[in-house]
Amino acid sequence: MSAAPTRRVLVANRGEIAVRVIRAAHTCGWEAVAVHSDADADSRWVVLADDARRIGPSPARRSYLDIDAVLEAARDSGCTHVHPGYGFLAERPEFARRVTEAGLTYVGPSAEVIESMGDKAAARRTAEQAGVPVVPGSGVVADAAAARAAAADVGFPLLIKAAAGGGGRGIRVVRTDDELDDAVATAQAEASASFGDGSLYLERCIENARHIEVQVVGDTHGNVVHFFERDCSVQRRRQKLLEEAPAPGLAATLRDEITSAAVRLAAEVGYQGAGTVEFLVEGQAFYFIEMNTRIQVEHPITEMVTNTDLVAEQLRVAAGEPLSVTQDDITLSGAAVEFRINAEDPEQDFFPSPGELVRFDSPNGPGVRVDSGFVAGGQIVPYYDSLVAKVVVHGRDRDEALARAEQALTEFTVEGVVTTRDLHLSLIADEAFRAGGVTTTWFEERSTGPR
Amino acid sequence: MPTISSPLPGVFYRRPSPDQEVYVNDGDQVTEGQTIGLIEVMKNFTELKATAGGTIKEFLVDDESELSVGQDVAVLE
Repeated sequence: MSAAPTRRVLVANRGEIAVRVIRAAHTCGWEAVAVHSDADADSRWVVLADDARRIGPSPARRSYLDIDAVLEAARDSGCTHVHPGYGFLAERPEFARRVTEAGLTYVGPSAEVIESMGDKAAARRTAEQAGVPVVPGSGVVADAAAARAAAADVGFPLLIKAAAGGGGRGIRVVRTDDELDDAVATAQAEASASFGDGSLYLERCIENARHIEVQVVGDTHGNVVHFFERDCSVQRRRQKLLEEAPAPGLAATLRDEITSAAVRLAAEVGYQGAGTVEFLVEGQAFYFIEMNTRIQVEHPITEMVTNTDLVAEQLRVAAGEPLSVTQDDITLSGAAVEFRINAEDPEQDFFPSPGELVRFDSPNGPGVRVDSGFVAGGQIVPYYDSLVAKVVVHGRDRDEALARAEQALTEFTVEGVVTTRDLHLSLIADEAFRAGGVTTTWFEERSTGPR
Repeated sequence: MPTISSPLPGVFYRRPSPDQEVYVNDGDQVTEGQTIGLIEVMKNFTELKATAGGTIKEFLVDDESELSVGQDVAVLE
């Protein structure tokens, strides 16, 4: 019997997602190589990997965002594949292209697909071609005059969005005609500075909607399946705080429509790998907003309710294997919620709280999963994002999941940095949240409105 | 001599963005509350302001270097 060639994946990321990819690689029989900056030399993912490479000093720009350094680490350690995780280089078409040009396999869609979905205006056109409803809006507007003409059609309030934007950045709300010129000028400047591309488009501002997104995975054999949806409506400044699957109270017919729309869009672009199609849902209407061409922070809740290892699926698909499941094999089981435990102080306007994890007692028990890149004694350094751990709970239904969440969050003891744990405990005790179906403005209205 | 120190840990930047000029040069006059740099901590940026008016004698830390809480950043005179 001849042994299959060893697959060896470079994990081009840090923190919990690096640990997550290493685990999936090992369960698939692959080897995993970690990368680290100076600040992360003693990190957990370095310990868990089969091999590790230093890629530069602590600032992300000179390490995790340095494409040359990452590629050198991959070549030097004999990798066959590169997994980008999320954040950092994960949605840079240039990175995917350079990985491929170096003779390695990128774990994700092609550079062309990343590019076409990264251009939000182009993504809208693709969605329309696939028969997927989009938020009423304009094409790219060149200047303030074009914006005024488009605004008359779109109507107020509206959003000005950077065509190259993402992660909630580069978005401005415009409520009246008078605000438009100034907003276009500043949005253009901001978009140029942040994304190197000042292109803008307008979209109607849908204010009382839920953020519901569909997990899809496509393989190289033309198969695309969905793994149902997540509700990510609990947000602060367009950053997600907690997520749940499935979306509470979503009618079965609406679920069918949204999930099939997501599959149609992914199939339209020949999508390969794991991706997420995001929608706004208002009543029974839904609108495509964007597609994330990577694994997401909140993927574990989908894994919980569909009993699938999505990262392992990413690796298999990248190796040219067909999807391990057909759509009929994928069924929903129970409910899951993920809580992002960030080193931030909700009492101080979520100000970051770096420091040493003097104590780090993570919870466990039935239906509880904790994904973290840290152990007690680890450092939460100021260079990167503030995610310390994700507490993911699963139950037979939402009530059981939330009961387990309360227990798990109560058990989770972190000392040395301030975290968002207590905020999460207060959220799951909130009547409006308990009832299910809060919209994307709920959290901020709750924080600023009468209590 | 009085100094301006960092109220938080992070990475110190002397410019608002990589392609722009520094906020202030050595020898420049500053007024109380004037921004002299940025401190990045976990993707959040906070302005570092002069705690009093005077002349910036010198910066004690380099652009893009790491700061700890209370570390002196610049000398005022």
